[in-house]
Amino acid sequence: MVGVTEPVLLGIVIATALAFDFTNGFHDTGNAMATSIATRALKPKQAVILSAVLNMVGAFLSLTVAATIATGIVDANIVTLEVVLAGLAGGITWNLITWLFGIPSSSSHALVGGVVGAVLAAAGTSGVLWTGLTAKVLIPALVAPVVAIIVASIGTALVTRFTKDVPEKDNDRMFRWGQIGSASLVSLAHGTNDAQKSMGIILLALIAAGAVPADSGVPFWVIFSCALAMALGTYMGGWRVIRTLGKGLVELSSRQGMAAETSSAAVILLSSHFGYSLSTTHVATGSILGSGVGMKGASVRWSVAGRMFAAWLITVPSAALVGAVAFWIDDAFGGGTLGSYVVFGLLVLVSGLIYLASRRKPVNHANVNDEWDPVEDKEAYIAESVSVHRPEKMKVKRKELKRSKRRAAKREAAELARLEEQARLEAERSLHEPLEPEGQRAPRKDSGR
Amino acid sequence: MNEYIEWGALANVLIVGILVGAGLPALFALGVRILAAPGARNEAGKVSTARLVGAWACFGVVIAAVAGAIYFLASGGH
Repeated sequence: MVGVTEPVLLGIVIATALAFDFTNGFHDTGNAMATSIATRALKPKQAVILSAVLNMVGAFLSLTVAATIATGIVDANIVTLEVVLAGLAGGITWNLITWLFGIPSSSSHALVGGVVGAVLAAAGTSGVLWTGLTAKVLIPALVAPVVAIIVASIGTALVTRFTKDVPEKDNDRMFRWGQIGSASLVSLAHGTNDAQKSMGIILLALIAAGAVPADSGVPFWVIFSCALAMALGTYMGGWRVIRTLGKGLVELSSRQGMAAETSSAAVILLSSHFGYSLSTTHVATGSILGSGVGMKGASVRWSVAGRMFAAWLITVPSAALVGAVAFWIDDAFGGGTLGSYVVFGLLVLVSGLIYLASRRKPVNHANVNDEWDPVEDKEAYIAESVSVHRPEKMKVKRKELKRSKRRAAKREAAELARLEEQARLEAERSLHEPLEPEGQRAPRKDSGR
Repeated sequence: MNEYIEWGALANVLIVGILVGAGLPALFALGVRILAAPGARNEAGKVSTARLVGAWACFGVVIAAVAGAIYFLASGGH
């Protein structure tokens, strides 16, 4: 690397891009593997290992890297290394926050949001191509889940109709294989699509810093480190997101899981084939919802889904805000090396804090499949208990609970007293057995009580 | 074609998506049904050859589709 300008800044951008790749991997494991884990087609550990390997293979599979980020969304002339760094900081922060809350949200949208925010801070509103942003990011976010819900619900309806009189055991045995196959395809597609983004960013940074010529291909170490970072992230497993996708939305059977995952794979691949890219996360979530819609008797927790949609709507603005703040901080410290150090340090600090917050209620491979805790979703739980007529499951006021407990205690005490009295009378009667007249007194005493 | 939504591409994704994304699971389910529906096994507990061929024809199409998808990914179609 001769003639590199600002080597430290370059190093920091590369490290941050790899960190983003890592969060991307572990945030999106659920898209491919949540259904297989929830239906126990694969053990949680097996699933993340499989997904990690396929992500790695996928990253090497195709090397047509677009050396651009956010093309057609922001003015390419404004994208400097500082902007990229701030954008990455926004993307990483939003990925970690949504992970903390167990919400699957699109990593690519987070990145785009971060870059948009940084560009806004750097160049004002003229730097953003608003039509491109709407057409390529905002509207597809609304369209993707709808398309996936339609496809997956039709698929699930057909599958359950065809196999309704097949014994449950045979269904599970065979559909689990189908599930593993389709989930693997989603993992592979994710590896090829998303690892390219970080590769593109690093390549851009290298070109900008003059470390490689402008028409350079992607150096092998870039491909390798991106693939490795993503695979590591996937292996860590975003268990919180996996849990929400696999258990929170719909109680999945292996038939539903297979239909959902095939629909995801088909919609993701077709959308890139027809040049209308849809986010993997949005498609996968929509497919899982669709598998609940298409199955008779399955219930969908729409309140969880609603929270998710809300998160998708604010993904771009929130990541943009973080990106903008990161750029301002960078700028306040004079940009360049010092500013980048500060931004990087803050990013590490924020990530550490979010990690600490996550330790308070850890989700891991051991408890990822636990029953969906009603406390996590009060409304749906109450709605469910009303619909199945189990009023005792509904929330009661503490005061009423106390009162009824007191009543129960009083009843119990009275019952105990009555039993004692009876026993005493019994004993008395047997004592006075030989004296007839006195024995007659006993019933009178009893009625007097 | 609208400035904000590419209706043509979207319609393609939806229609082909339904054909492939719902059709393949349905085909797989058909294969499962041929193999394991009540009455698929004879008295000896064996599945007849005709049923095996039918089922694997279904699974074969599904496997071919997966192979096609991997080829699509490898050829840079993303």
